[in-house]
Amino acid sequence: MLTRENTVNLVLALLLLAAPLAANALGQPFYVTLATRIAILALAALGLNLALGLGGLVSFGHAAFFGIGGYAAGILSSHALSYEPMIFGLPGTVQMPVIWIVAVIAAGLVALAIGAISLRTSGVYFIMITLAFAQMVYYFAISWPAYGGEDGLSILVRNQFPGLNTMKPLSFFLVCYVVLLAGIGLFALIRASRFGAALQAARQNETRVATVGIHPYRIRLTGFVISAMITALAGALYADLNRFVSPSMLSWHMSGELIVLIILGGTGRLFGPLAGAALYVAFEFALGGLTERWQFFLGLILLGVVLFARGGLLGLLAGKAKHG
Amino acid sequence: MTLALALEQLLNGIQLGVMLFLMAAGLTLIFGVMGLINLAHGSLYMVGAFACAAVAAWTGSFWLGLIASLACAAAAGAIVELAVIRRLYDRDHLDQVLATFALILIFSEGTRWLFGDFPLYLDIPALLQGVVTLPGDATYPVYRLAIIAVGALIALGLYLLIGKTRLGMRIRAGESDREMIGALGVDIRTLYTLVFALGSALAGLAGALVGALQSVQVGMGEPVLILAFVVIVIGGIGSIKGALYGALLVGVTDTLGRFLLPQLLALFVDPSQAGMIGGAMASMLIYVVMAVILAVKPRGLFPPAHA
Amino acid sequence: MKKMLAAATMALSLGASGLAMAEPLKIGMITTLSGGGAGLGVDTRDGFMLAIKEAGNKDITVVTEDDAQKPELAVQIADKMIQSDQVDVLTGIVWSNLLMAVVPGAVAQGKFYVSTNAAPAALAGQGCNKLYFNAAYQNDNLHEAMGEYANKTYKKMFILAPNYPAGKDSLTGFKRYYKGELAGEVYTKVGQTDYAAEIAQMRASGADGIFVFLPGGMGIAFMKQFAQSGVKIPVMGPGFSFSQDVLPAIGDAALGAKASGQWAPDFDTDVSKKFTADFQKEYNRLPSIYAVQAYDAAQLILSAAAKASVKDADAFRNELLKADIKSPRGNFKFNTNQHPIQDIYLTEVVKKDGVLTNKTVEKIFTDHGDAYAKDCKI
Repeated sequence: MLTRENTVNLVLALLLLAAPLAANALGQPFYVTLATRIAILALAALGLNLALGLGGLVSFGHAAFFGIGGYAAGILSSHALSYEPMIFGLPGTVQMPVIWIVAVIAAGLVALAIGAISLRTSGVYFIMITLAFAQMVYYFAISWPAYGGEDGLSILVRNQFPGLNTMKPLSFFLVCYVVLLAGIGLFALIRASRFGAALQAARQNETRVATVGIHPYRIRLTGFVISAMITALAGALYADLNRFVSPSMLSWHMSGELIVLIILGGTGRLFGPLAGAALYVAFEFALGGLTERWQFFLGLILLGVVLFARGGLLGLLAGKAKHG
Repeated sequence: MTLALALEQLLNGIQLGVMLFLMAAGLTLIFGVMGLINLAHGSLYMVGAFACAAVAAWTGSFWLGLIASLACAAAAGAIVELAVIRRLYDRDHLDQVLATFALILIFSEGTRWLFGDFPLYLDIPALLQGVVTLPGDATYPVYRLAIIAVGALIALGLYLLIGKTRLGMRIRAGESDREMIGALGVDIRTLYTLVFALGSALAGLAGALVGALQSVQVGMGEPVLILAFVVIVIGGIGSIKGALYGALLVGVTDTLGRFLLPQLLALFVDPSQAGMIGGAMASMLIYVVMAVILAVKPRGLFPPAHA
Repeated sequence: MKKMLAAATMALSLGASGLAMAEPLKIGMITTLSGGGAGLGVDTRDGFMLAIKEAGNKDITVVTEDDAQKPELAVQIADKMIQSDQVDVLTGIVWSNLLMAVVPGAVAQGKFYVSTNAAPAALAGQGCNKLYFNAAYQNDNLHEAMGEYANKTYKKMFILAPNYPAGKDSLTGFKRYYKGELAGEVYTKVGQTDYAAEIAQMRASGADGIFVFLPGGMGIAFMKQFAQSGVKIPVMGPGFSFSQDVLPAIGDAALGAKASGQWAPDFDTDVSKKFTADFQKEYNRLPSIYAVQAYDAAQLILSAAAKASVKDADAFRNELLKADIKSPRGNFKFNTNQHPIQDIYLTEVVKKDGVLTNKTVEKIFTDHGDAYAKDCKI
């Protein structure tokens, strides 16, 4: 059904594909890189949106999962290039699909542990405890000497995807674009599923969910873990985009930025993260070129969005959200 | 390790805790009364430090600077409350996080715009320079003792203000039932602005006091903001008493952890390694403490009775 | 990418045939101009632009962007400058972690990088690169010099640095030359602002000297608190701990502190005096060591550009290697790993005309290279 929101979504998706294709044809590979960044940040925010938008779980610590994904890519490829085995004698790898699986599993396990404790709390406590866990991971990464600490870890050659030359900006963009679309598809499926309904119901009315025999804690924990996994996948891609991973991917500013992307685009909406990421990267890029005081104006714009444009970009373009 | 050193480290921990209390008290008060998460609280701390450094440099008097820091932070808080915060009370936490995150960006770049790119100079006043001798022949800076005293006074003052005055009664009423207090004819908008300005002034005071100990620079409020959040979450959000205990717990844990963990590890590995690993563990320690406390008591040590 | 490589090869062959000489050169400067670390970036930019302005060469353009001290942003700007602005040379990054993010990618795309400050060990040894030059030092140098200096007077040093790679390199560099006993070796949290616990340990340790490496705000906090603590042990550190950007904020607490540096504002050479005067005239403040390093980086690029086309990478590199500049520091040449060989001095913080500044005391090292050059195979 082609509602107004669906039309807007379709246009957004097509724009994100068309712009880099055009940039590439015009010999402007940098804009392909910029579009790749948008796609990856959108995927990371999409992950968070599952917990935050559907489940109402305001995680202020998703940078932890983003960074874990990044480090999975960095660590695996550094071992593959140096031929030094990792723990248990396992070899490293430069194959993206393998890296993605490792990133997703690693983040899933960590999220299970963090979520199991954090979800005992709610509201502001939940916001702060997720922040605390992310800070723990952050300080660990800074002071752990094996993989570069604060200096981070360079990925000398971008990891490979079977049948593609990922060093070409456009090829790598297409990989990220397809992964993003798959992520959006998964999000839509989850939202429409029984599990998704339960997750949203647990946000709106906890008592009612409990009375019909669903355990909100388990539903939320599952949602939190899936959300972390998607964000970790984005982290692995982000590390490959920059060919570099460092603790700054784990910092609380990153967690804040992911939240910003979601609100800019429209909380809980399918294409909200994409709209938000596109807008944010465009602001950062355009303002950064204009003035070194760009953070001041970025702050003003964000403030304006919260105060006067509730519902974010999609709220403006496609009207009020149907749910929530 | 001597007893004197242990005593000195304990004092250091308490002093750090007291400083965190000044930050956390405002934060928890604002949350308790208005239900607002204010990420920009660290910016008001920075405003206090810059105001104090600027006025102290201009007039040569730290004390005038201190007054300026209170005034400027309170004024900045009141302006922000009137212009922005008051539109956020009935929003969810998400909007509050984003709006106050935006305020951090504005405050940080705005301050740099006004004061330039380099850290400012602020020294402790002549009156409080020097050291006192502790039992066991160690010495301790007078200024740090003064900070502990100021913290204790503020804690007492807040206790009296909230427990014994009319304003305090309204604050308590606001905490337990927001609709009710409006119905009783209390001008709730003014009350909120007042509470926000009070919290801001406390943050500004903390910034000024600490500014004399460390570097007055843009971004100085962010590390302490995160610590203050840890404090109020441990203590129970909205509880001044919880903020006090939480602050002391965090201050002492952090200081003793930094001091003891490397020494403990040095028993097992070589000192250089022990320094690195112990340092890494110490930097994570308070977050571990927080996670453990929340796992056992999800609403902190002293959860407020209401809500 | 392919297209660019093709263009580069074509340009190379053109250059080799000696066609291009004084052709346009575009320099991309990525540095920290916002946030808490902006002071260093501003000095870097101003030092660099002073040399560019003095040269008055219309063919040279500099594009500057703020990295906000974020590695990801630095990478993005580098990509933009390389792919979109088509710069020939990159420079300006202050921090090692940002440098490590940008340099491998930049040199892989055939761009020169001339560092104005950061010099991690990883790029000085096995990881050295033909296109990567460092105009400042190698990260360990100033710490090594303090280790050497400490040998003379001190028997029991207490050493302290933040718990991150540059901090570990610092203490490793110090210990490489220091032969005495250690009273303590402490790593503090990055960004820590209260050092009361560490200062108490210092006093209790019975140390006769203290070496600290705490850049930026951390150093300001430490020095103030140390002075207030009443502990009387002498403090020393690498030059940037007491550089011109932080001295005013530390205040008199810094007086008497010993540091190592390749340059100090009181250098009694014509080049140095002129530089200091010009910088003061242009920006109305004393230059810091970052400004000198950036000034020299600009001079190096200018000197090479005057003789060779940047499109001819080999020729341009050879000109850079000659280091044909008049550095305020005095002697300056490149080692085999394209890091400086230079003299390193002991300085002391003094007050001159009411302004805190560094005074040169003695020379610690003559023609000092670094420990990693032997691993560099270019």
